[in-house]
Amino acid sequence: MSTPTLPPGLSIQKVDERIMTLNVGPQHPGSGHMRIIVQIDGDYIVACDPDPGYVHRGEEKMAEYRNYVLNIPHLERPVIHDSCNILYPYVLGVEELLGLEITERAKYIRVIAAELNRCVYIMYWLAIYGIFLGHSTMFMWPTGDRELLIDLLEKMTGARVTHSYFIPGGIRNDLPANFEEVCLRQVNYFEKRIKEYADVFYDNPILISRTEKTGILTRENAIRLGTTGSVLRASGIDYDVRKKEPYDVYDELDFETCVLKSGDSYARSKIPWLDMFQSCRIIRDALQKMPKSGSIRIKLKPNPKGALGSVYKRVESGRGALGCYIVSDKKPEPYRLKLSVPSFRNLIALPHLLIGEKLGNMPSVYWSLNYWPVEADR
Amino acid sequence: MSSDSEKEAIEKKPENSKPTGEKSTAKPTSDDKPATAKPTSDDKPATAKPTSDDKPATAKPTPAEKTPPAKKPPQEEPELPAFEKGIADKIVDKFADKTTVSFVKPDRVGIKVDRDKIHDVAEFARDVLNYDHVDSVAGVDYPADNEIEVVYHLSSYTDPTLGRQILELATRAQREDKPNPGNDATRLPSLRDIFYSVEFHEREVFEMLGVYFEGHPDNRRLLLPEDWADLPPLRKDFRNKGR
Repeated sequence: MSTPTLPPGLSIQKVDERIMTLNVGPQHPGSGHMRIIVQIDGDYIVACDPDPGYVHRGEEKMAEYRNYVLNIPHLERPVIHDSCNILYPYVLGVEELLGLEITERAKYIRVIAAELNRCVYIMYWLAIYGIFLGHSTMFMWPTGDRELLIDLLEKMTGARVTHSYFIPGGIRNDLPANFEEVCLRQVNYFEKRIKEYADVFYDNPILISRTEKTGILTRENAIRLGTTGSVLRASGIDYDVRKKEPYDVYDELDFETCVLKSGDSYARSKIPWLDMFQSCRIIRDALQKMPKSGSIRIKLKPNPKGALGSVYKRVESGRGALGCYIVSDKKPEPYRLKLSVPSFRNLIALPHLLIGEKLGNMPSVYWSLNYWPVEADR
Repeated sequence: MSSDSEKEAIEKKPENSKPTGEKSTAKPTSDDKPATAKPTSDDKPATAKPTSDDKPATAKPTPAEKTPPAKKPPQEEPELPAFEKGIADKIVDKFADKTTVSFVKPDRVGIKVDRDKIHDVAEFARDVLNYDHVDSVAGVDYPADNEIEVVYHLSSYTDPTLGRQILELATRAQREDKPNPGNDATRLPSLRDIFYSVEFHEREVFEMLGVYFEGHPDNRRLLLPEDWADLPPLRKDFRNKGR
């Protein structure tokens, strides 16, 4: 049989008798909407080829047809649990293109919403991490506790998950009466709750024995592969966009970045949890420093046109640095919009971490990358 | 359309830089800025009128207009911050005729590079300027210019002075009207051997815009279905249904 001419993207591979190829996903509960093609030799992974794209929705193409305000609801779809943070760089970029300077109060409210959202995202991620490791308590607790913050965000924005709260020029609506008090109370209780996770999860010898010294990403590799966020900070590099390139009012707030040195799955799974304590700290500080009244939004003209040129803005999302590159040609719609998402950037590390690991460690290593398949696909 | 913005920037620069240059030199030497720089006393009014015969002739019509340009330079200066300008100058000095500066903003430097020099410029950025990874690779389609632009956003984890900085390298490939991705002239050298982090980004640009990266070890589809047979979807002539 002659080999047929293949369209670009397809290839024919020889089958080895010893090596078994295994498709994990895209329907497997352990992979999300993504396929990981692993080749195993006995119990050990010898090759790994991540195959994302099952939830590619063409957000970037869609953005070229909608004006700067209409783009907001669909741009938060890639990661609805972190919807404030994925809109953040877009909104900052559009504000630069439109030449808007937002009010102080709006900046503080944005930071509070972004930090609440970061915790909501991390709790969801942690719940799935728990279920990946067969730890049902760690699935139930975070899903329950994150309701606290979802309620807060619902009070702020009117929606439980897809908030569409940030808009160019400020935020959509002001805080409800009595919000500061409720927020402080809930956040304090939330912090007390997440402290208890140490007993049941992070100090649990079973978790430690399963995740420690697996999937080690060295400092050099973390830099070379361009990883970001919790993956990067677990490998000992102190890089947080909130500290390095503070946007809005992060430079006035009191917090630290969490860095661990070991670079294994355990460190990668611990960093987001440590981040939540810092988020609580930021929220408390912001509630204190926030101007108690004032305008929250600059009214936009209908169909505002961006200035000619391009802009690249980035923020620290729940997963890492999230960049947004907008090219404007003086039209109400962006000429080109590119989301540089942390999940996509961290995906490149997956083959490096998995090769040489046991197949049984795959779920914990994979999910410790703080990976959200829908976001990577856009 | 960054090409237009460049032209504007290039056109603006001489205008803006000249006044600053003149005025900054003028203030100490005090030749031709008597009208505005009154405080410095004696010789000004005296020397000004005789020496600047030709100057007032050109600038006479509006002494009122003369003051706004005098005010503008301080506004322009933060737009050309010294550190960022230093980065841009280093690259342009090294690759004089192959690169142009498209913008210098706070924390952002944009350089346009010829396609045959992009590899060298990236190597220079890594080895000399200490950029160590790529944040994002974006492809932009310009059907009017018959070109596709690929924009690399470089950043650095290891160099603390570059913590805020993003270096934007843009290069252009020829665009085919009837693309046959991988087999037409839409080609660029891959930066995978310099920045390992571009691996998946370049695969994405390949499928979304049909730019083939020469030297990339793994030019396969990433997000699109394996049997996608339409135009590369981020090209401008691919239209979404109903739009």
